[in-house]
Amino acid sequence: MTTTAPETARKPATMAQALTRALHDAMAADPTVHVMGEDVGTLGGVFRVTDGLTEKFGEDRCSDTPLAEAGILGTAVGMAMYGLRPVVEMQFDAFAYPAFEQLISHVARMRNRTRGALQMPLTIRVPYGGGIGGVEHHSDSSEAYYLATPGIQVVTPATVADAYGLLRAAIASDDPVVFLEPKRLYWSKDDWSPDAPTEVAPIGRAEVRRRGTSATLITYGPSLPVCMEAAEAARAEGWDLEVVDLRSLMPFDDDTVCASVRRTGRAVVVHESNGFGGPGGEIAARITERCFHHLEAPVLRVAGFDIPYPPPMLERHHLPGVDRILDTVARLQWESDWTEGRGA
Amino acid sequence: MTVLEQPGSSRNKSDLPGPPPAWRPRVDPAPLLPDAEPYRLLGTDAAPRLDPGLLKRLYAQLVRGRRYNAQATALTRQGRLAVYPSSTGQEACQVAAALALEDRDWLFPSYRDTLAAVARGLDPVQALTLLRGDWHTGYDPHEHRIAPLCTPLATQLPHAVGLAHAARLKGDDVVALAMVGDGGTSEGDFHEALNFAAVWQAPVVFLVQNNGFAISVPLAKQTAAPSLAHKAVGYGMPGRLVDGNDAPAMHKVLTEAVERARSGGGPTLVEAVTYRIEAHTNADDATRYRTDSEVETWRAHDPIALLERELADRDLLTDEFVHATRDGAEELAAALRDRMNADPQLDPMDLFTHVFAEQTSQLREQAAQLRAELDAEAAGHPENATGADRSAQEARP
Repeated sequence: MTTTAPETARKPATMAQALTRALHDAMAADPTVHVMGEDVGTLGGVFRVTDGLTEKFGEDRCSDTPLAEAGILGTAVGMAMYGLRPVVEMQFDAFAYPAFEQLISHVARMRNRTRGALQMPLTIRVPYGGGIGGVEHHSDSSEAYYLATPGIQVVTPATVADAYGLLRAAIASDDPVVFLEPKRLYWSKDDWSPDAPTEVAPIGRAEVRRRGTSATLITYGPSLPVCMEAAEAARAEGWDLEVVDLRSLMPFDDDTVCASVRRTGRAVVVHESNGFGGPGGEIAARITERCFHHLEAPVLRVAGFDIPYPPPMLERHHLPGVDRILDTVARLQWESDWTEGRGA
Repeated sequence: MTVLEQPGSSRNKSDLPGPPPAWRPRVDPAPLLPDAEPYRLLGTDAAPRLDPGLLKRLYAQLVRGRRYNAQATALTRQGRLAVYPSSTGQEACQVAAALALEDRDWLFPSYRDTLAAVARGLDPVQALTLLRGDWHTGYDPHEHRIAPLCTPLATQLPHAVGLAHAARLKGDDVVALAMVGDGGTSEGDFHEALNFAAVWQAPVVFLVQNNGFAISVPLAKQTAAPSLAHKAVGYGMPGRLVDGNDAPAMHKVLTEAVERARSGGGPTLVEAVTYRIEAHTNADDATRYRTDSEVETWRAHDPIALLERELADRDLLTDEFVHATRDGAEELAAALRDRMNADPQLDPMDLFTHVFAEQTSQLREQAAQLRAELDAEAAGHPENATGADRSAQEARP
């Protein structure tokens, strides 16, 4: 494994490598952690996130399953009932759908159904989102389906450090966690390296990634780098944008989001998921309910269109980009600052 | 245009390469095949050799089970149960499933299998909690190793496989027995569970109670398989076909399957041929889809009557035994009736307690809202109660 070799350890790691390291460390720390899924064994997963785990921990701990997502999650439920802590991999966002019945009818409800007697300390890893040129069924933003189900935590990292820290937290959680991995960030690097402090990140806390005063961009997962780029570009327009990375969609960090919006007075929610029925609607409603008197403009959204995910040669038109974000920021009623004499 | 070579044409077929040697049939299917007829013991030459103690134990449980079914159905008429899917006529399957297991084993029941749970030792009131509607599961599954009653069909089967697999990984000789109906065998989870179980050689027994109907749909519209037991062969596990109304036969087949699983032999699929004497639930009208005469043919093959005849033939059906058995069943029914006649004590705040290990800020806010509504209600301002609360009050008899 690259993460254990000293020479490579000092080099910045990719998000995929940070995830591998998190799985490795969790398995080493807790013998009840079992990794299972399609191609996670010999191959190391189609994105190589489970690379080397079978070799290190044996087939019982990291196992290739039959190709059946409902069966994978359903058997993981039984394993959790017997005290194991399964980490299942769904190969792609859209291939996780056969497992929805197990997720919705059992995983999400088992604690509630049994008054806490049976808990489901399961982690369900789902590579999600577009931007990698995937053909149909390989680029869905499926988070809204999960958010519609009470009883599961929904977490998504946008940085390499969070990929490690949040996955460790997800595996340690006594509640089921749908861990959404932004595919197009798998090969991204930042300043995290495996020999840096490997901290567990708390689930349920958003992070302000960029301080600003003009407006808040609220985003998560694959759209964070896009928002950071948009915030840089916005300086030329005279806007100093704050960027909030949600990290955890459930539990939702109202405090961090509202504190930011109260400071800036304007908010745009950015995500790849379709706008109608997407998380942005809920987030906009929560901000409006809590920060109405601080708002200078309606909360706006930049989301994927309300269309089935496009073929790869057209996906750039669908995904929120810097220009669309800036165009939306421009619609945040800046003129009212003059009419009310409240110019910056 | 090329004309395909026909079989028997002049071309030498040995020129065509077959599959490479890596391919071969993995398992000889012959030993996995179920018998042509359901396995029986009662009324056969083997019956006189059956252990009298076991027969009496089974009989007492069947009588108790029949009485339990009647009492639970009566409780629906009295408004004390929201719904009850009866296992009347299927008591031999229910009782045998419970008796085939050791204490350390796990039972995975469906909503029609509360009797199996009760026969395993679960408090009947706790078994009926789901059907009374005061909570979804009325018991700690660890206490008797009984998974929550499962309503979405066949979805508990993969749980049984996973639990059995986990037990084996931990080195425990624990077996899981999962119950499903004939309709449930059409579900995808049935297929996936059997496939995983066979691939993992998990110590699981799948018991299909083929009671003839999935609510109203007869088996002929459910499957074209030779029998449900035959489905086992496709997964590489043995299928057993057994008379589900023959209690000793059920007990023997399930016990063998459990011991086979325990000793590392892998999973077994058991199809019990039985009949749902009552409608699907008290809310169903079975006269719309089947005739009384059909039901009568099955009443003539009643599990209690079959066993009674064997006991009588062997002079085991003494007055003393019959009375003691009946008294025990009546005691169970009376206690169940009395306890179900008391209103369950419900705390609406429990709704928020077990959603997550740690309550989210959103749930804390919502819990506070409900708390305030309850306080207002308690302070004598019922107009402040929510519509849902009012309708719940109105629904209470």
